[in-house]
Amino acid sequence: MPIEILMPALSPTMEEGNLSKWLKNEGDKVVAGDVIAEIETDKATMEVEAVDEGTLAKIVVPAGTEGVKVNAVIAVLAVDGEDVDKAGEGIGEEAPAKAEAAPAPAPAAAKSEAAAPVAAAPKTEVAADPDIPAGTELVSTTVREALRDAMAEEMRRDGDVFVMGEEVAEYQGAYKITQGLLQEFGPRRVVDTPITEHGFAGVGVGAAMAGLKPIVEFMTFNFAMQAIDQIINSAAKTLYMSGGQMGAPIVFRGPNGAAARVAAQHSQCYAAWYSHIPGLKVVMPYTAADAKGLLKAAIRDPNPVIFLENEILYGQSFDVPKLDDFVLPIGKARIHKKGKDVTIVSFGIGMTYAVKAEAELRGMGIDAEIIDLRSIRPLDFDTIIASVKKTNRLVVVEEGFPQSSVGDHIANQVSQRAFDFLDAPVITIAGKDVPMPYAANLEKLALPNVGEVVEAVKAVTYRG
Amino acid sequence: MATAAKKAPAKSRSDKQSNLSAPKPADFTKEDELSAYRHMLLIRRFEEKAGQLYGMGFIGGFCHLYIGQEAVVTGMKMALIEGDQMITAYRDHGHMLAMDLSPRGVMAELTGRRGGLSKGKGGSMHMFSKEKHFYGGHGIVGAQVSLGTGLAFANRYRDNKNVSLTYFGDGAANQGQVYESFNMASLWKLPVIYIIENNRYAMGTSVSRSSAETDFSHRGASFKIPGIQVDGMDVRAVKSAADLATEWCRAGNGPLILEMQTYRYRGHSMSDPAKYRSKEEVQKMRSEHDPIEQVRARLLDKKWASEDELKAIDKEVRDIVADAAEFAQHDAEPDPSELWTDIVL
Repeated sequence: MPIEILMPALSPTMEEGNLSKWLKNEGDKVVAGDVIAEIETDKATMEVEAVDEGTLAKIVVPAGTEGVKVNAVIAVLAVDGEDVDKAGEGIGEEAPAKAEAAPAPAPAAAKSEAAAPVAAAPKTEVAADPDIPAGTELVSTTVREALRDAMAEEMRRDGDVFVMGEEVAEYQGAYKITQGLLQEFGPRRVVDTPITEHGFAGVGVGAAMAGLKPIVEFMTFNFAMQAIDQIINSAAKTLYMSGGQMGAPIVFRGPNGAAARVAAQHSQCYAAWYSHIPGLKVVMPYTAADAKGLLKAAIRDPNPVIFLENEILYGQSFDVPKLDDFVLPIGKARIHKKGKDVTIVSFGIGMTYAVKAEAELRGMGIDAEIIDLRSIRPLDFDTIIASVKKTNRLVVVEEGFPQSSVGDHIANQVSQRAFDFLDAPVITIAGKDVPMPYAANLEKLALPNVGEVVEAVKAVTYRG
Repeated sequence: MATAAKKAPAKSRSDKQSNLSAPKPADFTKEDELSAYRHMLLIRRFEEKAGQLYGMGFIGGFCHLYIGQEAVVTGMKMALIEGDQMITAYRDHGHMLAMDLSPRGVMAELTGRRGGLSKGKGGSMHMFSKEKHFYGGHGIVGAQVSLGTGLAFANRYRDNKNVSLTYFGDGAANQGQVYESFNMASLWKLPVIYIIENNRYAMGTSVSRSSAETDFSHRGASFKIPGIQVDGMDVRAVKSAADLATEWCRAGNGPLILEMQTYRYRGHSMSDPAKYRSKEEVQKMRSEHDPIEQVRARLLDKKWASEDELKAIDKEVRDIVADAAEFAQHDAEPDPSELWTDIVL
């Protein structure tokens, strides 16, 4: 069978081009790799190389022809033993018409513009919190200690878990979260890195792809912007791009958001940023118990998990159940306080405003329900929707920037899924739309405050 | 091309850390030559076919061909032991074939079909195989260098004897994270071979227009990582450098840089007309330094193979490629339900 040489496409968007020059004549022998012709488009000139070996039996499209359609037959190659004179017979005379009629070999779906229904994302079920046996001792623990205990317990449990980051070992952690880990686990598993976020995030992801379970500590998530390419392009996307063969079981953790008086470059909440990315899980605990149970879950999770902590919360104490293995489900919100008049949704340090506002509101006779999201991705809409169906009012509180915030996303989903249950527009409270100022008074103004939450609740409950 | 073997050894720039001179090209047996010939030919024919399928509209997006650089992955692979890892950027089809990934799986991934190595969800630049220790296939220039360093970190953590082969180009060699990785690899004595495939052009920018230091074997100098310039068009030279480097890493000496002086015949990607270099330059490389022709000439010269025997290899390789192309054109597209799978476990 003679081989038809087709007009090639230079790019996925090219439909036709000019055949400017033939570099071989009819009757010439060609081997794979020989340049046989030049074609050009409005953008470029390219050489056409032979892919097969044989004799150029017939040139169907002469040099100088313009507007040759992609995949039209431009020449015929006789392979070894074929009659060169006969190889081109019957090809070419009707070639242009044939080219017109030739079906595009590209998959039909690529060109189809029909609005075929796209299957909805499958719903993932998230387990409820584990039952805490009656009589379990509750131990007052700081968030800092809870995080350290979670790492230590998981490192005892699994030799593949290690922690790396700046000052995590000998210095005992810039915020003392890794205190004592070097002494217990040694420098092989508690690794001080140079100040090189992009590099060590990539090293961590590579180690995770090879099957280890790294905990990468960022001294603050502000510095993780240097590493965000590795977090998103390498860690979050590899499982999908490999068709499920290879993922990155890794935890990126560290303080996130505003601390105090450290100004714009060190005061930013990344909850909304990372929540945008399929392939990541994003956790942002408020209490010490959640910090412990969720960090243990994050370390065991086979996916990349962004674990957002807060410097101001590190020293706050909460009751933590004294259990051998306290693990909480990622993706499940926690009803922090039951109520019936309004739903306040928050997470991380935002909860401090919600909790104080709730106490004030109680004094005014408003019974607010507080939901602590704990996980930003996956986000537990079921718990929010169920609450809104009961209270018919929703206020969301966070410290991050207002545009495209977590609250915006929740407001959008609630309006789509529970519109008929709303008695007032959803109010989202966020940080102000400004870089964080340094001056104490301005910083205070830039952050949300309890008064704003109280006023928002009064507005949605029409208690002006 | 000035080959390392013909050139005087690179001079030391530091008292403490000398660059190493390239070892003599390996003495290949008949079997070595035939094996190298077959492997390089498979890559060449596969890539030519991929170029053709791209031209026919079967392959979309970006497609970066490895034609001309075949000796690099082929020679490196000859020094590996089970468990050694390989990772590279987006000019990756040759690396995958060298690591024995299925030609059908690679080609069907290029055409975006369900039988592709990534079920059609990765494409030309993103393919992986845990089983064959191939870690991609990465589309972000330089990112694979930190990842490959992480693979070496895992080897060190597990205290095995495996080595991470981390490939990148002369263009990626100017990315910051490359040097962050060099620093950690040297500091922690990680078993990683940084293979810089210097094909002289970062897309359309020649090395001399993009790099202050164009001797890439010296790029580790600040981190005490020795480097070697290797004639990357001679598979025997690559093999002997690979032997030296793998032994160096397995002995616990830390990382090593191999600058492979090579050349790509085709444009950066399919849509690159390569106007930034002359036809004569390309033609000279093809006619005087072609990695496959070198082996072919030796095989004939030493009477280790006849024209007919080489033709038979050619036919065998063509059949593999034709089968892969046939499969890749007719395999079904992924099921629509695949849209939602493999996002999280």
